[in-house]
Amino acid sequence: MTTKSDLPQGTLDLLILKIVALGPVHGYAIAQRLQQVSRDVVQVPQGSLYPALHRLEYRGLLAADWKQTETGREAKFYRLTRKGRAQLEAETASWQRLAEAIGLVLDLAEGGTQ
Amino acid sequence: MSWWTRLLKRKQMDQQLDKELRFHLEQQVAELIEQGYSAPEAGRMARLAFGGPQQITEQCRDARGTRWLEDLLQDVRYALRMLRQKPGFAAVALITLALGVGATTVMFTVINGVLLKPLPYASADRILRLREKTDWSNHWGNLWGYSYPNYLDCQRNVHSLDLMVLGYGGGTVSVADHAEYVDGFDVSPNMFSLLGIHLFRGRTFTSDDNRPGAAPVAIISYSLWQRLYGSKPTAVGTPLTYQGKSYTVVGIAPAGFHLEGEGEPDIFTPVEQNTASYMQDREKYHGFDVWGRLHPGATLAEAQGELAVIGRRLAAEYPISNHGRTFIAEPLRPAVGDARTTLWLLFAAVSLVLLIACVNVASLLLARAVSRERELAMRVALGAGRGRLIRQCLTESAVLGLAGGSLGLLLAIAGLHPFVALWPGSLPRAEEVRLDWHVLLFALSVSLFSSILFGLAPALRAPVRHVELALRAGSRMMATSSRRLHSVFVVSEIGIAVVLLVAAGILGRTLLRLSSLDPGLDIHNVLASRVALDPSTMANPTKTRAAWQQALDSVRTIPGVQAVALVDTVPMREGNNQVPYYTSAAKPPENEKRFVLANSVTPDYLNVMRIPLLRGRFFTDQDRSDSESVVVIDDVMAQQAFPGEDPIGKYIWLDLGSDPARVVGVVGHVRYWGLAADDQAKVRATLYYTFAQLPDKFVRRWSELMSIAVRTKVDPWALLAPLRQAVRGATGDQVMYEVRTIEQLTQSSLSQQRFLLLLFGIFALLALLLACIGVYGVLAYLTNRRVPEIGVRMALGASSGTVLWLILRQSLEMILIGVGLGAGAAVLAAQTLRRLVTGVQSDEPLAFVMMICILMLAALLASFIPARRASRVDPMIALRQE
Repeated sequence: MTTKSDLPQGTLDLLILKIVALGPVHGYAIAQRLQQVSRDVVQVPQGSLYPALHRLEYRGLLAADWKQTETGREAKFYRLTRKGRAQLEAETASWQRLAEAIGLVLDLAEGGTQ
Repeated sequence: MSWWTRLLKRKQMDQQLDKELRFHLEQQVAELIEQGYSAPEAGRMARLAFGGPQQITEQCRDARGTRWLEDLLQDVRYALRMLRQKPGFAAVALITLALGVGATTVMFTVINGVLLKPLPYASADRILRLREKTDWSNHWGNLWGYSYPNYLDCQRNVHSLDLMVLGYGGGTVSVADHAEYVDGFDVSPNMFSLLGIHLFRGRTFTSDDNRPGAAPVAIISYSLWQRLYGSKPTAVGTPLTYQGKSYTVVGIAPAGFHLEGEGEPDIFTPVEQNTASYMQDREKYHGFDVWGRLHPGATLAEAQGELAVIGRRLAAEYPISNHGRTFIAEPLRPAVGDARTTLWLLFAAVSLVLLIACVNVASLLLARAVSRERELAMRVALGAGRGRLIRQCLTESAVLGLAGGSLGLLLAIAGLHPFVALWPGSLPRAEEVRLDWHVLLFALSVSLFSSILFGLAPALRAPVRHVELALRAGSRMMATSSRRLHSVFVVSEIGIAVVLLVAAGILGRTLLRLSSLDPGLDIHNVLASRVALDPSTMANPTKTRAAWQQALDSVRTIPGVQAVALVDTVPMREGNNQVPYYTSAAKPPENEKRFVLANSVTPDYLNVMRIPLLRGRFFTDQDRSDSESVVVIDDVMAQQAFPGEDPIGKYIWLDLGSDPARVVGVVGHVRYWGLAADDQAKVRATLYYTFAQLPDKFVRRWSELMSIAVRTKVDPWALLAPLRQAVRGATGDQVMYEVRTIEQLTQSSLSQQRFLLLLFGIFALLALLLACIGVYGVLAYLTNRRVPEIGVRMALGASSGTVLWLILRQSLEMILIGVGLGAGAAVLAAQTLRRLVTGVQSDEPLAFVMMICILMLAALLASFIPARRASRVDPMIALRQE
């Protein structure tokens, strides 16, 4: 099974929350946007998006409604709940802190070689 | 969405999931086609990018978090289907379990009510019982009730406790023309508040009530209120006559109120209104029961420490009465007597039955599991994990266990009341015995625990490693591997059955032996009853004696009465009139005193009871208070006091009177302690003295305890009405109470043994039946598996007799091992019985031999049926089964 992404553990959830935060969106669009925005760096088997979406839905971070798309088809649109927004903010902050910390360490190492 | 709505809507959710995924794929395909790919190519690429749709669907379902529940539901449905498919198996397993769980639950319900529930007082765990303790002990031990002055000193000086006092009384209560004898208590005014009991009506005693000379007031029990006043609310404030004195009823206790260990007294009076001299007696009268409630924050150890200090101080202050005397406190416990032993014994027996039931079901399940081996192997091949298979098997047994447990609970509900009614005498705290959530929890856990017990063996056999072997091989290979486990089941069933059967056998033999014992008197057609004399006659010993004489005289004139006598200790009813005696004027020290059961009677006693006179004479009307003191002893005392000598003419000193009494006769021993208990009683020696020579100072106390014993020519119950009429006396308020025949008393002296035998008998039969079903089931199954082998043997020339023996030998091996192990355990069980049940003797080899024979016969019979079937196998058909 190729469900493993190259993403660090837990980051897929964060990315999904971020994309959904921009407005109600269905699964296919999330997959597309994930690829575009990350400039194809993030390679997720599109299918494995759905277990993550469902998990977030059942944890109450996302809510979903069935709505018409522009083409007139019915699709399941996800949107962020209040709890989801809080979670997004918390995770974004902690991710940034972590990234900065790692950056600092890497800078320091580079400085040492010079 | 909560998990149960997710669970309930899972079909709809599955559809939506499907729709969502399909939408994704179709969008992708559409986009790819737009980019110029051909339709088939676009479809292929989209599916590739998407991943396996089945796995995705499964993962999405897992994400719901209700997966385990769905599996569980599926397993439960599957289990129910399996049960429906094999109704015979289901019925046997369910009935077996229902019997096991039902019997265990009944026993637990009773134990819970009688032994485990707290007493019905507020924070009952803070209530203590206090006693006096001496540094010497005699026949009665070293723990005593309180003397009133000691109680007062403790009450004034102890700071960690509130104390209350109970003094046993009782007497005739009369209102208008209704008179009856009731139990009563002199109590301290704080009793009800200390116990946290609110009166049903009226008020409790105040400290004003509690002083000598205050207006006499009484609180009556709910049931006395019903009997005397027909539940009229106007009872409070009205007068009633008690012990010949007029009291005002000020309160009514709530229904069912009882003093633990003292029954349900009917009347309470303030203790300090009692002006009897023993209220001031620190030395001799230790007749008060003292209870205390720990103050908030105080501990038992603190209270004990304080009491010890007070005890030392009082011992120094009052050396004559209190030397070597201290005070102890311990938590107030339910007074249940030997009910505790009986209950735990029965619980142990019932648990064994449950265990057999579990083993039985386990062997049935195992047999089924083996025949399902291929199905399970198929599941493994399709990707089910071992854990999943074990879970499925355990779910199946849990379904079985819970269904059987529910049936068992119904059985328990139905059986509870008959059981309590069957209890010999009255079950202590019977009012506490009812189903509550403790019982439900117990039944549930027993069912689940049993399911694990009988489900584990089949579950652990779930195949994983040799899947292809299991699929390829016929069922034959599997049979051999389960044979050992099956043998273990049979062996343990037989072993447990042996224990129960032998226990029942021992009890049966004991009962037979005890019933054939000579009680020492003719128990038929004798009625004994206590009589509450007219209270006005009690003040004066001469009047009291006259009242007794009058009652005897008028009873004697009733047609059908042969003889009538007074007696203070009725045979078969445990009396408590053991007194020390000496055969010389010098008093032996306290701890070397010998005791005798001293029984005060009137001259006709021997004729009433038909006790054989061995030597000398019995009393006559000429033995009066002004003539020489004489006693008659029984042969046990003759042996003990005057071994090898002629007791006639010897003298005996008693603590009762001052004079030595001359022995004038020897009579046969009577089993005063009951058929079972007499041999083990501490005091068997019996001495009779005539009521006429009882010192005047004892007449009042004795008269409260004396019984009238009547020998009749006809059924004594037929004479009850004229008897009641005859003892009524001049004032018409003398009443008979505790009326029983000696035959009844004799019967009830064996009631514990009879009750245990009955129940052990039932359990043993049940165990025998279950073990036989087990043996039959296992053997039928194993034999069935061996049919092809038997076919080969027969084709090679084995006769049907050889085959029969082959099968029987297999079962005989298991039975013999089971019997061997069981007999070992039964020896231990027999020792336990001897320790706990009065009258059981150390070894009953006959019970062992008989019961083991019965069991082996039954088990062989059970194995004979499958063996015979095997011996009639047609080799051709058998071989074709391969």
